[in-house]
Amino acid sequence: MTIEPGRSAATDAGPNEAELERRLTQTWSSQRGFWGAVASVDHKVIARRYIVTALVFLALGGLLALAMRIQLARPEARFIDADRYNQIFTMHGSNMMFLFAVPVMEAMAVYLVPLMVGTRNIAFPRLNAFSYWIFLAGGLLLWISFALDTAPDVGWFAYAPLSGPEYGAGKRADIWAQMITFTELSALAIAVEIVVTVLKQRAPGMSLDRIPLLVWSMLVMASLVIMAMPAIMFASSTLIMDRLVGTQFYNPAEGGDALLWQHLFWFFGHPEVYIIFLPAVGMVSTILPTFVRRPIFGYLPLVMALIATGVLAFGLWVHHMFVVGLPRLGESFFTASSMAIAIPAGIQIFCWLATLWAGRPVFKVPLLFLIGFIVTFVIGGLTGVMVASVPFDSQVHDTYFVVAHFHYVLIGGAVFPLIAAIYYWFPKMTGRMMSERLGRWAFWLIFIGFHVTFFPMHILGLQGMPRRIYTYQPDLPWGTLNLFVSLSSVVLSLGFLIFFIDIIRSWSSGRPAGENPWNASTLEWATGSPPPPYNFRAIPVVDTRDPLWSQPDELPVTSGLRSDRRELLISSVVEALPEARESSPQDSVWPFWAAIATSIMLIWSIFSPWAIVWGSVPIAVTLIGWFWPKGAAEDES
Amino acid sequence: MKERMILDVSRLPLHATGTASPTWWGTCAFMLIEGSGFGLVIAIYLYLMSLAPHWPIDAPPADLWAGTSLTAMLLASVVPNIWVSRWAQQRNLKKVRLGLVLMSFCGMAPLVFRAFEFPALHVRWDDSAYGSITWTILGLHTVHILTDLVDTLVLACLMFSRHGDNARRYGDVEDNALYWHFVVITWLPLYACIYWVPRL
Ligand code: HEM
Repeated sequence: MTIEPGRSAATDAGPNEAELERRLTQTWSSQRGFWGAVASVDHKVIARRYIVTALVFLALGGLLALAMRIQLARPEARFIDADRYNQIFTMHGSNMMFLFAVPVMEAMAVYLVPLMVGTRNIAFPRLNAFSYWIFLAGGLLLWISFALDTAPDVGWFAYAPLSGPEYGAGKRADIWAQMITFTELSALAIAVEIVVTVLKQRAPGMSLDRIPLLVWSMLVMASLVIMAMPAIMFASSTLIMDRLVGTQFYNPAEGGDALLWQHLFWFFGHPEVYIIFLPAVGMVSTILPTFVRRPIFGYLPLVMALIATGVLAFGLWVHHMFVVGLPRLGESFFTASSMAIAIPAGIQIFCWLATLWAGRPVFKVPLLFLIGFIVTFVIGGLTGVMVASVPFDSQVHDTYFVVAHFHYVLIGGAVFPLIAAIYYWFPKMTGRMMSERLGRWAFWLIFIGFHVTFFPMHILGLQGMPRRIYTYQPDLPWGTLNLFVSLSSVVLSLGFLIFFIDIIRSWSSGRPAGENPWNASTLEWATGSPPPPYNFRAIPVVDTRDPLWSQPDELPVTSGLRSDRRELLISSVVEALPEARESSPQDSVWPFWAAIATSIMLIWSIFSPWAIVWGSVPIAVTLIGWFWPKGAAEDES
Repeated sequence: MKERMILDVSRLPLHATGTASPTWWGTCAFMLIEGSGFGLVIAIYLYLMSLAPHWPIDAPPADLWAGTSLTAMLLASVVPNIWVSRWAQQRNLKKVRLGLVLMSFCGMAPLVFRAFEFPALHVRWDDSAYGSITWTILGLHTVHILTDLVDTLVLACLMFSRHGDNARRYGDVEDNALYWHFVVITWLPLYACIYWVPRL
């Protein structure tokens, strides 16, 4: 490879660095002001919005959890009545899963993947903007309905027939179902962007075996979204149809089947758990090496484990339905596959332990949360293997044992790594460090608070306390433990509070971070903090898995991309050899209008089937506005 | 960090074509999403069938003529579709314009037959689960045709405008043709489900 000087002044090879940066900034920045912000298609801007919104939903969902714990602290409490309680646990579950956990993981992908693969923006950036507005609309729909006392009350999986036309009066179940449609639509959009960004926009030389593990995990996550989400979209739409126009999908009297709902829901719902968990795994595998100062142990087995988990995730859904009475052979098969998933999980745990063992750990806050994750997740995994066996599950199904189990895997398996990731990438996103001192407080309060809150729930479950009850009688033996759990949840909340305070404080007044404060090895640390709108002044060239460690003070780069239009490098799928220079779309308000039109259609269609017909017209108009070329340099080639 | 130029990309083409293009991959991803959706619908059809003592539930099998004519039509449309794609590859503006007009008709004509397919089912969507799933399948596929039709119409207008003669547009035409193939292919198993499975 030789160095050739660029031929025209409009590429990045001609001018000096300052001049080049000025031009790139001009080309890639969004306009100022409100409409400039609405029109922005910068993946970093959108991801930041996404993350902040999802964290707000986390806080709101946490408040609901506290409300439930206050109500359950003593027998026959009158803090919340039965109907509100039904709404609250449904809101808590749906909000945490669909408005917090999945979106926040995708948002991290939207922020990090383009930077980690060394490109200037995500693929289909306008779709990305659209996705955020749709997500926001879905969240608002759910929370506004809660404020109006018409929130869904059918549990986060809304089983038919309870959610069907016969028992679910009013519009509550429809709101749940349509909220699902919103969030799945936004998730699908992001999945497509991630897949294409990873496959086609990697920096030259970043062949498949050099992709950072976080990026691998996001790729597998996106594939799961693509395969699993159609099931839930079908389910939620047919539920609305059953309720609105009288289709008979879930009505056994007319040849439908209530269990069909459960199959569809869990065919999506189990992969959903991995949609949350796999990104977390990727975060762990990426953060860990930085704090033990050595490359990850077992890159290849880790990639294989990610893929295997992704495949097995589709063979598990029936284990949520062991008590509905399925054929014996079926149950045995799903027990076997449920246990089999412990194998890739085990491989990952051993690789992480080996990495820790062989390195020199530096116990900063992100590493603390990672260790908290490993401990908690192993316990959650153990109870998982327990409930995978049908006889045991029949005993604890629908009790607090299950509530304890899934909070161990969800909070232990996803929220801990997420907090680690926020501490770790916060300096990149904002240019400022979070506080090490507050971080330690947050860690110990959250870690201890979590275990004292949720461990006793296993025992409550074994003592027979069902989930989803709004109160219990004083003569049942659950009072003391429940009080203990409720008090502990205050400790846990205090930890989260400190974490949020740390975020807000550090954002405005944290210590400046510099390019690479942790001395990490992946490409996102090779540019400014926060990164400029164009991400990289010149696209890096990669020849190892840990590019910033193999050549600590020099970055091999390409030259020749134009600086007077938004341009990126397209590379081949396997070896990442450069293939073409491709333009990247300019800012546009049309995705915003398209999202508004889509939201109107979706919400209207809860009330009238004609919404599908008439509501589609504005959507078509906005889409044409979106795709019609405006004569900008990016539209031509 | 110090940068060291080691690779000059200024000679690369300004637009990735065919399988190198991100849009092609995006189209494939969307086809995968919709393909999983249609696969699922078929699975549900078979699932409901396995539960029912008689299938179709309280209805004769659907009349064949409308659906079969539509199928023949979709299959025939593959030929002009291949032409359009080829002309776009050759960047032949005149022929591409002609082809898109032709394909717009190929998108509209099946809709006429589709209108007759619903009554040919001899069942309403709210009569039974059989009615629900067959109406849903037809409805979904109609949306599928409609989306591609609108896309084709807009693209045709675009090719007649001053933005037409451009490598990027030709790429769009190719992707649109790819998508139409997909619309045709997904219909075949659906057709078999609605019209022939009940006759087995
Ligand atoms: C922050 C601390 C949290 C506390 C104290 C908490 C507490 C609870 C409690 C007490 C229930 C049981 C309600 C009942 O069955 O009556 C519950 C249900 C649930 N939680 Fe949490 N939770 C927390 C965080 C989370 C997070 C982060 C997630 C997801 C990522 C989550 C997901 C769920 C789900 C899916 C349900 C089931 C809802 C249903 O039964 O429909 N929770 N939570």
